[in-house]
Amino acid sequence: MRLRESLHIPADDITDEAVYRDRRRILAALGLLPALGVAGCSAAAPPPSKVVVTPEQAKSGFRTAEEQTRELDATTYNNFYEFGTNKDDPSNAAKTLRTKPWTVAVGGHCAKPGKLSLDDLLKGIAPQERIYRMRCVEGWSMVIPWLGVPLGDVLKRFEPTAKAKYVAFTSLADPRQMPGVRADVLDWPYREGLRIDEAMHPLTLLATGLYGKALPQQNGAPLRLVVPWKYGFKGIKSIIAITFVENMPKTSWNMSQPSEYGFFSNVNPAVDHPRWSQKTERRIAGSASKLFAERIPTLPFNGYAEQVASLYAGMDLKKWF
Amino acid sequence: MAKPKRRAEPRIVVAKALLHLAALTPLAILLWQMWAVANAGSNALGPDPVAEIEHRLGLWALRLLMITLAITPLRQLTGWTVLVRFRRMLGLYAFAYASLHFAAYLGLDLRGYWTQIFEDIAKRPYITVGFLAWLLLVPLAITSTTGWIKRLGRNWARLHRLVYAVAVLAVLHFWWLVKSDIREPALYAGIAALLLGWRAWKRWRVRTSPAARA
Repeated sequence: MRLRESLHIPADDITDEAVYRDRRRILAALGLLPALGVAGCSAAAPPPSKVVVTPEQAKSGFRTAEEQTRELDATTYNNFYEFGTNKDDPSNAAKTLRTKPWTVAVGGHCAKPGKLSLDDLLKGIAPQERIYRMRCVEGWSMVIPWLGVPLGDVLKRFEPTAKAKYVAFTSLADPRQMPGVRADVLDWPYREGLRIDEAMHPLTLLATGLYGKALPQQNGAPLRLVVPWKYGFKGIKSIIAITFVENMPKTSWNMSQPSEYGFFSNVNPAVDHPRWSQKTERRIAGSASKLFAERIPTLPFNGYAEQVASLYAGMDLKKWF
Repeated sequence: MAKPKRRAEPRIVVAKALLHLAALTPLAILLWQMWAVANAGSNALGPDPVAEIEHRLGLWALRLLMITLAITPLRQLTGWTVLVRFRRMLGLYAFAYASLHFAAYLGLDLRGYWTQIFEDIAKRPYITVGFLAWLLLVPLAITSTTGWIKRLGRNWARLHRLVYAVAVLAVLHFWWLVKSDIREPALYAGIAALLLGWRAWKRWRVRTSPAARA
């Protein structure tokens, strides 16, 4: 228990992997590692992930006990077109991305705009672990333990004004570091946006890590958005600018194919992609063979309807897809 | 009528054997990887093996289709009439890979939701054209035997012109399923355009120059 408390995270707010990793790090820091012979443990396979989810966590949607995606899969199967359009391109090419130093420009309709280093941006906000489902618009899904801070906590510091109806995000687009940017597959830089109430929702996460580690480049290091009730492409990666705006901002996929990708892009099995069905999904999770992976039904708002459906009360979701 | 010459030249036999081997190699590799994934938890097919299997089978069907369609232009360009003797087997391999591609979609991907295929065919243009491409290959595969060739006579060649439509549909199927990076389907579209364009050009030339009437 003492160990877990030392992590400043509630005991049940952590995966086994994180426990194992941090235990070793902490014991090593205390100089106990050789004495306890803990080093030998590293060779042993970690016990199967058994995530405990409290009723409150289930209610908030912050954590799911569903079988998690393997770290290897979540970090080698990525859509990050700045590094190429194949799923394994980002993990092969993204190592060239320098994530230190990293500055984020926050501006637009707010009282305290500024250009901050990543550390200053997140200073004083305790990172949390959130285990979210992630549903890709292509029809597959994962379950990923993220580390990050609620976006709303960060945004509030800049004191958005009444004119801040939306939040626009911009990715880095540096052709020297990102070979994919040289190809004309999207209008660079990558842009995303949220309505202000979506941005302030407690589920919306500004992620800096996954699986208890810093975010790898291919997953959007050093800072990315995670909006679990929306299709994965809303989770803009390697963010360099956050802007409070009055009108609905332009978003990359919507600019590319307005008939196929809406601004909201909430996961919705009732609204098919014009070219394929969104009723079901292939879940990429677990270490067992995925050759016969079960296809599962896709849920409205990706299973977060209880938490977010009220944001869209009265809206025609077929029109505002 | 006497049976066709039984005495196949050894060179042809060897060439055919090598071609069988080459055409079966992608399938053998895929089956080996599937076995490794299913039994040993191997990562050989990546995080989403089902998508990889579908994609690879489809890609090989398309490649073999293009190779089959390249036989005639190649023969005309090089004068090697012997090439025609490999056309049927290449076409049948294209059909085999296309059938496996379709089977993987039904049996590995949709699985319990296989009835979704009807809705897919009716509502998803990329699946509609993909299914149509496969469907049009079926009569071509059935009538590929020597018996059918004789039975159909002149109509056999007419029927087998359907393969041009198949090529167009197959490329469309690929083109319409990608999200934004059309470079790979564009490559196949270019190859198909070249192979079909060659034929159109040949026909046009024959028709316009009375001296070249064959």
